[in-house]
Amino acid sequence: MPQEKEKSVMKALQKVKDPEIDSISIIELGMVKKVEVNGDSVLIELLPTFMGCPALDIIHKNVVDSIAELTSMKEIDVQFIYHPPWTSDRVSDEGRLRLKEFGIAPPPKRITETGEWHVDCPYCDSTYTTIENIFGPTACRSILYCKSCKNPFEAMKPVSTIM
Amino acid sequence: MKMVDVKPMNKDYQSSLISLLYQLADDDFILAYRGSEWLGLAPHIEEDVAFSSISQDTMGHAAMFYQLLSDLGEGDVDDLAHARPAKVRKNAILLEMVNGPGHYLSKPSYDWAFAVVRNYFYVQAKKVRMESLKNSSYDPLANAALKVNMELYYHLLHWKTWFVQLMQAGGEARKRMEDAIHRVWDDFAGVLSLGPLGKELATFKIIESENILKGKWKQSMKPVFDSVNLLMPEEFGTQSGDGRKGVHIKDLEDALLTLREVYQTDPAASW
Repeated sequence: MPQEKEKSVMKALQKVKDPEIDSISIIELGMVKKVEVNGDSVLIELLPTFMGCPALDIIHKNVVDSIAELTSMKEIDVQFIYHPPWTSDRVSDEGRLRLKEFGIAPPPKRITETGEWHVDCPYCDSTYTTIENIFGPTACRSILYCKSCKNPFEAMKPVSTIM
Repeated sequence: MKMVDVKPMNKDYQSSLISLLYQLADDDFILAYRGSEWLGLAPHIEEDVAFSSISQDTMGHAAMFYQLLSDLGEGDVDDLAHARPAKVRKNAILLEMVNGPGHYLSKPSYDWAFAVVRNYFYVQAKKVRMESLKNSSYDPLANAALKVNMELYYHLLHWKTWFVQLMQAGGEARKRMEDAIHRVWDDFAGVLSLGPLGKELATFKIIESENILKGKWKQSMKPVFDSVNLLMPEEFGTQSGDGRKGVHIKDLEDALLTLREVYQTDPAASW
């Protein structure tokens, strides 16, 4: 049953987490574009988040390793593709919760025409926050500060094709 | 990681495309390297975080352009980045110039005004190119441009903020910014150049013509210049030479010696 096989591949992909945010899987991040099972071979297409992200090679390896554990797959082809580009609205609702759990505000759903955006504090949900630095410890994160609970926090930086 | 399966193409089309890809890749590669030399030396810690993040993005863009070259049969990406001698590199000379006197390991006396001006003017030029490349006749490059463009949004915002604030600060800041601007003007034609095959690139609709792109650059900069009382020059120079033709200064040689040091200990190592 090919559908069964696809399910087991998706299950294996769910186990692959972002090496820098280990609460969220690459599926929840919206990185998995295509899974094609053909007999005992599988093709997986992934969308890279940020081009310079050093975690990409690690993710590639972890995907191959995770699928290899399913002994049913003999040929594993994992590719990064650049079209369509990954955008931050690809993060799933589940993924948004997982990010928040880790203390990272999920990417804002709305960006104004001038590119301005706002996120609430992932700890106390206050809207009284300021951006300290658009750039953060990794390519996909910004550094913010909550004026209500006085916690510094990070947010996943929004990227969109309208920018 | 191959990005595209390349279909056979017209020979002249392919050589123009390759010449442009080398410019895009080499520009980003050397400027990302110069940016990385600032690590730990930026004016404050938040800037250290921001500048190194921008440099990391930029190196990622270079890697993607080298990958597109590799897909076209130009060789291995690591070799393209590390092994090529200065004389075949196509980056603009302005981007290879040292950050200032000294060395990051001993007595660096880097020029922040030069960093701000060089990066701001370059990133805007890159933005104009990416916007144009979104409509490129070579689809893999159009896809890459769309991706790069989203990240550039933040880079541009960052450098523009520094530029405007330092220009409006008056006093020594203004003076040092103006000195840096004059240095950048002297070689900025080299950044805007599309190289010896510029005409062919436009004919093949790989990218718009150099003149159109230059006009767009001026058009996007004009309101910012007006806001800080700065005149737009009629022409820009190539005082140090034309990097698109493989002409370079010693600064590039020195940079290559440093950045390929680890690579050369074992070029066959897998990264």
